Amino acid sequence: MRPRYYWPITIAAAALIGLLAYGLVAKGSDTSIDQAIADGRTVAAPVATLPRLNGAGAGSLAQYRGKPVLLNAWASWCPPCKGEMPLLERTHQRIAAAGGTVLGIDVQDDRTSALRFLRAKGVTFPSLRDRDRAYVHSLGVTGYPESFLIDRRGRIVALNRGPVTQQWLDANLPKILRTRS
Amino acid sequence: MTGRLAAVVAALSLLLVPGAALAATPRTSLPDIEDEVMCVECGTPLEVSQSPVANQERALIRREIAQGKTKQQIKDSLVAEYGAAVLADPQGGGVNTAVWLVPAILVPLAALGAAFAARRWRRQGAAEAPAPEREPEALDPAEARRLDAELSAFDS
Repeated sequence: MRPRYYWPITIAAAALIGLLAYGLVAKGSDTSIDQAIADGRTVAAPVATLPRLNGAGAGSLAQYRGKPVLLNAWASWCPPCKGEMPLLERTHQRIAAAGGTVLGIDVQDDRTSALRFLRAKGVTFPSLRDRDRAYVHSLGVTGYPESFLIDRRGRIVALNRGPVTQQWLDANLPKILRTRS
Repeated sequence: MTGRLAAVVAALSLLLVPGAALAATPRTSLPDIEDEVMCVECGTPLEVSQSPVANQERALIRREIAQGKTKQQIKDSLVAEYGAAVLADPQGGGVNTAVWLVPAILVPLAALGAAFAARRWRRQGAAEAPAPEREPEALDPAEARRLDAELSAFDS
């Protein structure tokens, strides 16, 4: 015969295990974009309305539909982000001629420090603020910096989980510059 | 005379008002806030975190302490900059509520279960305990005499 406490204990243990499993899944990183790109496919870039860092109001990746975009997740407290900023700024100037832009996503960063950082680095491209990391989580971002090349149709065609290099840009930028919307 | 008295009262009141204001809003300190907020990237309490983002959070806290802000105002600023995950206490509904509720329900239930189990084991232990050893019964005189006779055979 089963003891009287069998079902309450079983249900309580299942609830606890379910909660732990949910926590692991919710905090885990999404690698589906990496897999799709590795398979040679493109992925629709997630969009979300986020507050502008260097300006009032809000913005979204959706506003750049029809333009090639280099989306870069950064933070002022991230040392490698400092190193790649000059290259990103040069790239922004370069692709602006083709109607493109670098779009920064400043993640979990103090606004004052972030603006000071941009001024110090002479950055002119726009940035949005992802204060709770929810947006970059949808891109599978686990560290900083990370970059995504998004074509005119709003699809991710390449990604780089780490600081960008000139070689990576040379190899991948043509993919977004040549596509038509 | 009355004018001089009024001036003294006015001067005293000027001295007392800032003191009263300070008493109403006690200043906070970095350690007082550090143990209630998280390093947003490391997922550890700020007081034990040494990452660059933890240092940035500390700088923000120090800045706001210097501006005379209260603990709650500083925590609100941290949430505005880093999101609700910066607070050590889970906020809001959904899984955050479950994080509070499940342990709050399970821990008393587990304690109750342990108490019941301990009581049951104690009762079972008492029921299964071996009977206490009895004093050996005294031999009747005839048997005692026979035993003495048999034992005396070994004495010789």
